[in-house]
Amino acid sequence: MMYFARWQVVLILAVLTLGTIFAIPNLLPSRINQTIPSWLPHPTVSLGLDLQGGSYLLLQADSESLVHERLQTVVDDFRAALRTARVGYSGIGIQGHAAVVKLLDPTKLDSVRPALEAAAKDLDFSAAPDGTVSAALNDQALQTMVRTAMTNSIEVVRRRVDATGTVEPVIQLQGADRILLELPGLSDPEQVKALMGKTAKMTFRFVDESVTQEQLQTGNVPPTDDLLPLASAPVGGERPAYAVQKRVMVSGENLKSASPTKDQNGEWVVSFSFDSTGGNRFCDATKTNVGHLFAIVLDNKVISAPVIRDAICGGSGQISGNFTAQSATELAVLLNSGALPVQLKIIEERTVGPDLGADSIRAGVYACLIGFVLVTVYMVLAYGLFGIFADIALLFNLILTMAILSVFGATLTLPGIAGMLLTLGMSVDANVLINERIREETKLGRSPVAALDAGFRRAFGTIFDANATTIIKMFILYALGTGPVKGFAVTITIGILTSMFTAIVFVRWLISLWLRRRRPKALRV
Amino acid sequence: MFRLRFVPDNTKIKFMRGRFLGLLVSAVLSTASVILFFYPGLNYGIDFKGGISIEARTQGPADFSALRSKINGLGLGEAQLQSFGSDRDVLIRLERQPGGEEAQQNAVEAVRGLLTKSFPGTEIRSVEAVGATVSGELFQSGMLALGLALVAMLAYIAFRFEWQFGVGAVVTLILDVTKTVGFFVITGLQFNLTSLAAILTIMGYSINDKVVVYDRVRENLRKYKSMPLRELIDLSINETLNRTINTSFTTFLATIALAVIATGAVKEFAIVILFGIVIGTSSSIFIAAPILLFLGENRLRRGGKPKAVANARP
Repeated sequence: MMYFARWQVVLILAVLTLGTIFAIPNLLPSRINQTIPSWLPHPTVSLGLDLQGGSYLLLQADSESLVHERLQTVVDDFRAALRTARVGYSGIGIQGHAAVVKLLDPTKLDSVRPALEAAAKDLDFSAAPDGTVSAALNDQALQTMVRTAMTNSIEVVRRRVDATGTVEPVIQLQGADRILLELPGLSDPEQVKALMGKTAKMTFRFVDESVTQEQLQTGNVPPTDDLLPLASAPVGGERPAYAVQKRVMVSGENLKSASPTKDQNGEWVVSFSFDSTGGNRFCDATKTNVGHLFAIVLDNKVISAPVIRDAICGGSGQISGNFTAQSATELAVLLNSGALPVQLKIIEERTVGPDLGADSIRAGVYACLIGFVLVTVYMVLAYGLFGIFADIALLFNLILTMAILSVFGATLTLPGIAGMLLTLGMSVDANVLINERIREETKLGRSPVAALDAGFRRAFGTIFDANATTIIKMFILYALGTGPVKGFAVTITIGILTSMFTAIVFVRWLISLWLRRRRPKALRV
Repeated sequence: MFRLRFVPDNTKIKFMRGRFLGLLVSAVLSTASVILFFYPGLNYGIDFKGGISIEARTQGPADFSALRSKINGLGLGEAQLQSFGSDRDVLIRLERQPGGEEAQQNAVEAVRGLLTKSFPGTEIRSVEAVGATVSGELFQSGMLALGLALVAMLAYIAFRFEWQFGVGAVVTLILDVTKTVGFFVITGLQFNLTSLAAILTIMGYSINDKVVVYDRVRENLRKYKSMPLRELIDLSINETLNRTINTSFTTFLATIALAVIATGAVKEFAIVILFGIVIGTSSSIFIAAPILLFLGENRLRRGGKPKAVANARP
């Protein structure tokens, strides 16, 4: 046991050297770090948001509204189809996860069936003999719909986050309908939150000028119209509403770009340009409707409803609507990033300011240093030379833990630092066990080599069992915990695994070196 | 050469004499903890209850009454203000806002706005807002983690040792955990995700300690075939006493630095761990060992056929 072959020694030294090389960049200030030539490894541990400061947001998609929206279009299509076919109906609407309509005359079903089925494609279509027609969204279709919406949402979210200039954001799909955002360095996520809170579905539609003021007030508008409020209420005035046609003239998908600018009056506006399809459509529509009102609608609110003075055929235009510099910029970002296919809600926020993060790092480093000093001094007092061996092992344990965290790109969090401190205590446990065992064996009158041999051999089983139970716990914690707590589980696991090497293999090698040089007659542990 | 030893070598303390006392004290403490758990109950933090927690640092010494009246004036319910760290640091806690997830965000914005407008120069150091969905899920997975950890420990110890050891360890763990919960109630420390991590850590630490003592019992069972179990357990505890104390002491030393220097959640975490080290160490001697004695008397296999695992050692 106390003999090491040459290749074993080489392996031990290689592990320690590599570990040190990979750990050192973490201790250097970043200024010096940048001067390390790129062919040398210089990974550093990435710091969690709680240490470097930043914002963590968990967004949840409102899949119910997605369902509702999808079914609403089916209902609208049903209505349109039945009207075109001049078939009487009643009870049209959404019931649960289905669009339902009842034909007054069930015998007409066959004539309108193709049109209704076309409107309900991808849905489970059924028609009862009493004339009730329903198009239900089955689970599979629902899942596919949510998945597609989430995949698209992530892209939109990424574009919006990028527009805020956040460096190295993490944007991840979590579960079926959630998006996790980690925004390092962001101490006030208001801007991002404002951007995430809007789906930004923009449409250009005509205002239904046939609707009377009275109809507007009672809300009794034709089913082909939407009654939409103005986005920004005039100062002191009541917020006016518009009856806007459901039919979309040009949609936001045909926007090519948008930017905040000032118009000739010095007011903030958002200038935009259409792609060619959008430009042509807008040109045609405006050409035939000079003198009429059209509405610019964002998320079911009217931003403005100007009069068409001329055909607008340049493929570009301006949106005005009581903007400030900030709101104009926001709208431009929203338009450029495209519409979110589904409404996102923030269900969890954790933001740490950079100062607090820096304070935490400082406290963590001090605590580690003090803890390390206390433990090492105690070990020397308790075990003398064998305590010093354990201390050297402890130092390398810390170094190797840092190295592994760096190489695997793991994230160090504040609980992670606490985990490191705890491993300090736990990894010397291996040496305490070994040393106590060596003491006992020595007292039984064994020779130094035999006592050392028995000490390491007998203690191993105990160390293994003790560490295995801890690691099992940490796996459970990792699997079920979130963010920072995961970091705790990771550092403890790595710390314990490396301690199996440093406290057992490395210390045994140190002792074997000492044994060969000193050839002690008796052990003083 | 000087050696620091808290207990002399070759102690022969008859720990098992106090087995009834040990179990009794433990049972009383744990029962009291369970009662405390129901009344007045844990001080659940926002992770499990939902709500808002904002850490702010004011320009000068924090004016608590002004802060309180202004924040309460927002109509977001009664705000809890707590001083920590320096006299400029304030922790503002708000209950979970009724009316869905947006209500949380609106409340955060309102408080943020108020602090920057009415108390110029105030630095908002951290903001946490957890809604109903997330807090419910966190609570569920937290309880699941605790349950899984207990089952995993029972399985591991029963597999590596014999079932009596497994039961002894897990019963002790449950007693340790209940006392820790009691500690949370008495100190009023917030019960959050990190608290759960602390409890799992204590469980890990405590089981470590049991493994060491049990390991020695198992070894002595093979070594001294005719020694009564009671004496044998006493012997095993005495033999491992120095290790137990040294390990507890080093872990204690490492953690105490954190408890003194850190602030907020991590400080609370460290304090709980310190408590857990004491609980976990003493329960090995006063609870886990007596349980083994009760369960194992005349039943534990002696020598002869050591379990296969015992031979697996190098």
